Amino acid sequence: MTDMRQLYQEVILDHNRKPRNFGTIADANRRADGHNPLCGDHIKLSMKVLDEKIDGIAFEGDGCAICNASASMMTSAVKGKAVQEAETLVEEFRNMVTGSLNPDTQSNHLGKLKVFSGVKDLPSRVKCAILPWHTLHAALNAEASVSTEGDADPIIDSDMVSGHA
Amino acid sequence: MTAEAINIEAIRADFPILDLQVSGKPLVYLDNAASSQLPQQVIDRIVRYQTHEHSNIHRAVHYLSELATKEYESARIKVQNFINAKESREIIFTRGTTEAINLVMHGYGRTFIGKGDEIILSALEHHANIVPWQMLAEEKGVVLRVIPMNDAGELLIDEFEALFNEKTKFLALSHVSNALGTVNPVKQMTAYAHRFGVPVLLDGAQAAPHKSIDMQDLDCDFYAFSGHKMCGPTGIGVLYGKAKLLEKMQPYQGGGDMILSVSFEKTTYNVIPSKFEAGTPPIMAAIGLGAAIDYLSAIGLAKIEVYEKELLDYATEQVSALKGIRIIGTAAEKAAALSFEISGVHPHDVGTILNADGIAIRTGHHCAQPLMQRLGVPATARASFAFYNTQAEIDKFVAGICKVQEMFI
Repeated sequence: MTDMRQLYQEVILDHNRKPRNFGTIADANRRADGHNPLCGDHIKLSMKVLDEKIDGIAFEGDGCAICNASASMMTSAVKGKAVQEAETLVEEFRNMVTGSLNPDTQSNHLGKLKVFSGVKDLPSRVKCAILPWHTLHAALNAEASVSTEGDADPIIDSDMVSGHA
Repeated sequence: MTAEAINIEAIRADFPILDLQVSGKPLVYLDNAASSQLPQQVIDRIVRYQTHEHSNIHRAVHYLSELATKEYESARIKVQNFINAKESREIIFTRGTTEAINLVMHGYGRTFIGKGDEIILSALEHHANIVPWQMLAEEKGVVLRVIPMNDAGELLIDEFEALFNEKTKFLALSHVSNALGTVNPVKQMTAYAHRFGVPVLLDGAQAAPHKSIDMQDLDCDFYAFSGHKMCGPTGIGVLYGKAKLLEKMQPYQGGGDMILSVSFEKTTYNVIPSKFEAGTPPIMAAIGLGAAIDYLSAIGLAKIEVYEKELLDYATEQVSALKGIRIIGTAAEKAAALSFEISGVHPHDVGTILNADGIAIRTGHHCAQPLMQRLGVPATARASFAFYNTQAEIDKFVAGICKVQEMFI
């Protein structure tokens, strides 16, 4: 990728500047921390899940623009969705940024999240985009304290996400 | 200093990788502190060795083994001369700086440093000069003491001196900080440690490529550096140690070449340096390092230092003139590294956007997380220079920073 505007589109820069759903859910019943030790990206996710539906979601953190925008857009995308729908998005997003799903030719539910498709050309940044999604997955599966999704993406350390209910 | 200017065009022509196009732009390689590039002379030497001279060393009586042994040992003498060590047996080939420091931790630390003893490190250290000592601390109950620094990235010498007491058994210190470029006053600090009979290890990974280093002048007890940061290949590094210390140390690894005789009852270790070079060493890489030393010496470290200082001063001046940029590490004495942050932009975004213009910099914690914590930043962006870089490249780098700022406004 030589044109950085394809990656750093206005929507990404905007979510980085003004992250949506930034903060914590006071009465959250799902929480997880995601950490990318290589670049220092760090996000804390809190959610309220009621009847298998994401009733509320918020994040706090300190990361690069790709990570911040990914977290912000993720929270907007999954808020109000069923847990199963959110898990489908986790999988589709991961497949898109690792290059195994082409959002323009294969069916998916990604919508606006397609702006992250350019990340697949930047292997060192895939982990920045994917971190919030791994953290979401860990929070939704809080019985597992550590994400085991590492095998799906060789760049991701399996220990980078820890979840707790 | 009145070194003549170096011939930059001729030097750049020696480095084939500098002709590379990245993202359709000429490569601007400013990640030399992570790893430097190889001149054709070193590449040719490696190819010649593998094509015409290779065999195992110190083994057989045949032609190739004798030739490879001679070339390998000749590389050791080149290293000896390069750092002005008293004797060639004080030069031990390792895989790199990290292995050299681990060798000292195992060979010296585990024998001579024990429960309640103290090791002094600095706030500027790379993980390679922290983690081995933490491992020793955990194993033996040793206490680590840390020399603090000021906001410019300079060690506080008064506080350093105040750390010494009768329990102090070792000082492990970087010569030049990889993250900030600070040049520590290591000669003065070594002399102070010696007043307490404390041996000193200097991590010279970021010094050896940029400064003339002299073991007899510094008088340190151990000095570690890597070939791949000074125009040599990866997989080779050097541990210099004073012979009297190396002789009383335990071997680091057991195996072939490090023994005089082996029976199942008793093994007698070889003399130094062989005692510390178990198994077949990286012969090709050692000979490549010898060629890199020849190359650097032909230019002259004094000239390299002057030229790189000009590059750093120019880059510092250009970057300082920009708004919204903070240079991290403003020590009075610096080697060729410029760490910085752009207000409101994470270093990884800076690195990705510069890469689109062919500009290679390092972003992240630089394997110095305690230092990042001290500085209160998660990461920095770092441009690091070599004698083959130019002011025109720094101009491109500065233009790249402006582009980042425009994008993020």
